[in-house]
Amino acid sequence: MSKLLEVKDLKVSFNTYNGEVHAVRGVTFDLNKGETLAIVGESGSGKSVTSNAIMRLLPEPHGFIKEGQILLEGVDLAKKTSKEMQKIRGKDISMVFQDPMSSLNPTMKIGYQIMEGLMKHQNMSKTEARKTALELLTLVGIPRPDVRINQYPHQFSGGMRQRVVVAIALACNPKILIADEPTTALDVTIQAQILELMKSIQQKTDSAIIFITHDLGVVANVADRVAVMYAGKIVEIGTVDDIFYNPKHPYTWGLIGSMPTLDSSDEELFAIPGSPPNMLTPPVGDAFAPRNHFALEIDTVMEPPMFKVSDTHYAATWLLHPDAPKIEPPAAVKHRMQGFAQTGTKGGGKR
Amino acid sequence: MTREKLLEVKNLQKHFAVGKKNTIKAVDGVSFDIFKGETFGLVGESGCGKSTTGRTIIRLYDATGGEVKFNGEDVHGRKNKSELLKFNRKMQMIFQDPSSSLNPRMTVLDIIAEGLDVHKLVKNEAERKQKVEELLESVGLNKEHATRFPHEFSGGQRQRIGIARALAVDPEFIIADEPISALDVSIQAQVVNLLKKLQKERGLTYLFIAHDLSMVKYISDRIGVMYMGNLVELAESDELYNNPIHPYTKSLLSAIPLPDPRYERARKRIAYDPTVHGTDGDFELREVVPGHFVRCTAKEFERYQNEQK
Repeated sequence: MSKLLEVKDLKVSFNTYNGEVHAVRGVTFDLNKGETLAIVGESGSGKSVTSNAIMRLLPEPHGFIKEGQILLEGVDLAKKTSKEMQKIRGKDISMVFQDPMSSLNPTMKIGYQIMEGLMKHQNMSKTEARKTALELLTLVGIPRPDVRINQYPHQFSGGMRQRVVVAIALACNPKILIADEPTTALDVTIQAQILELMKSIQQKTDSAIIFITHDLGVVANVADRVAVMYAGKIVEIGTVDDIFYNPKHPYTWGLIGSMPTLDSSDEELFAIPGSPPNMLTPPVGDAFAPRNHFALEIDTVMEPPMFKVSDTHYAATWLLHPDAPKIEPPAAVKHRMQGFAQTGTKGGGKR
Repeated sequence: MTREKLLEVKNLQKHFAVGKKNTIKAVDGVSFDIFKGETFGLVGESGCGKSTTGRTIIRLYDATGGEVKFNGEDVHGRKNKSELLKFNRKMQMIFQDPSSSLNPRMTVLDIIAEGLDVHKLVKNEAERKQKVEELLESVGLNKEHATRFPHEFSGGQRQRIGIARALAVDPEFIIADEPISALDVSIQAQVVNLLKKLQKERGLTYLFIAHDLSMVKYISDRIGVMYMGNLVELAESDELYNNPIHPYTKSLLSAIPLPDPRYERARKRIAYDPTVHGTDGDFELREVVPGHFVRCTAKEFERYQNEQK
């Protein structure tokens, strides 16, 4: 598989009245053609900032890329001017935002909002663009596209609006689609429809997807690979099976342990104590150490490097160091690593 | 099972007028009981009327029809001030958005003590402060937090303040309207653990309203599923998950993604088609299996019962 996007040691900061906020502190990952990479983490972990940096949508000049490279097929996006970026946005990389209410222009017919990109990037005539827009609306599963194309966003329901946003994002056959919590504002049934839609479109167009979410259920559904972010860093990255069935970082254990299983046991949820650190003054050593049951002494002094677990699986925790004590994940997490669904069907259920 | 009924909801209706001609039937004849000491979960999509049900039960809205009985007393009947005060003390609410449900210009001490003041539960300033500090500690905050303002707290901490405020007047029954939806996953677990702990310690009864089905399953003893202003299915939570009968419940359950990739690859979604029920019929909540109620017509009822054998 060829590498489509390489992010190398990306650091993003924001200048505020209180000082510099280190939102992203050295993120490295790559994205292959046709795959889906999910980025998970709590709010404030830097997952949205990372994606906005790739799109160069940071509120410059007070939000800026401090260091690092964003290579799209070998070309560094971090060095592009805003004029040059306009040609890339929507054409090579496009984005689906969380809130379909606020990401559409309420005063423009949705047809024109889809056609806009086609006419700008692909130099289509108005009639051609309209034809393509109709095809796109059919592709994303909107019934009676010939009527709907002349309607305004307020005439659509939330799920339908998100489909329109997906249609706009797909208009110019982007190489990369960044979806920033695309289903968080939607109901479960609508969420399932949008996820199915994105997967089927990915199969047709072979584009790569960066999927940002905090819902581990959604991750298990869509992702090929998963990156877990905490305090502006990737703490664990691997294939979806690596992360769910063989997690190595205590933070990943915490995330998995805090989800309830479907068999009704009265065990407490394995909650992560405390709250995330203030990124104004990033902690010395392992940022997760103050909330970590398994923190070692070295965690407060030195930051752990990425340890290799397998060819696809890396994690940044000192627990993986050959000299570290062997620590098993807590029972509740181990139980979940066997698989949520299995525990759910144990009671002879139909699910 | 002879458990004591704490709350009885009978054929509750709440209609909102939209313009002159139209009304929205947000809640259209919902009936259920909540027993003492249990957690009753109410789930459904947005707009199905679950929050309206909760708000009507606690008298934030006046019911259009039906009745709500709390400890055998009618909630919506005409009440004088002292009766209303007595009732308000027994039933409290925790809201979804912890940042908009706390007054930004009041200190945490005043926010939590407001109920104590209204009900005249404390005699002097020292006792008031001591009570608030006890409450703060019971929800996992420090007593130093009492002098601060809501904006100085994170979302999870604010929700804890909301819980402390609800607990201040020693209620028997708490309505939690999506108390964890606005929080991060790891914080959600903290708050759910706290709610469970408090229930054990104080013998509280909860009405837990949420759309996150796996959390509802975890916290609830019984669950009611709402669709378009009606309760379509009601059962013990294990029973509901393992043996859903109403097609809407089946579709809702099949739509939840679980954090298990192998399961996810095999999962098939069932779509719900409301036309399967037909348009006319005597829709009613009927008991298909003991303790398991489904809204259906007499014909469907027979079919569901046969399927269960």
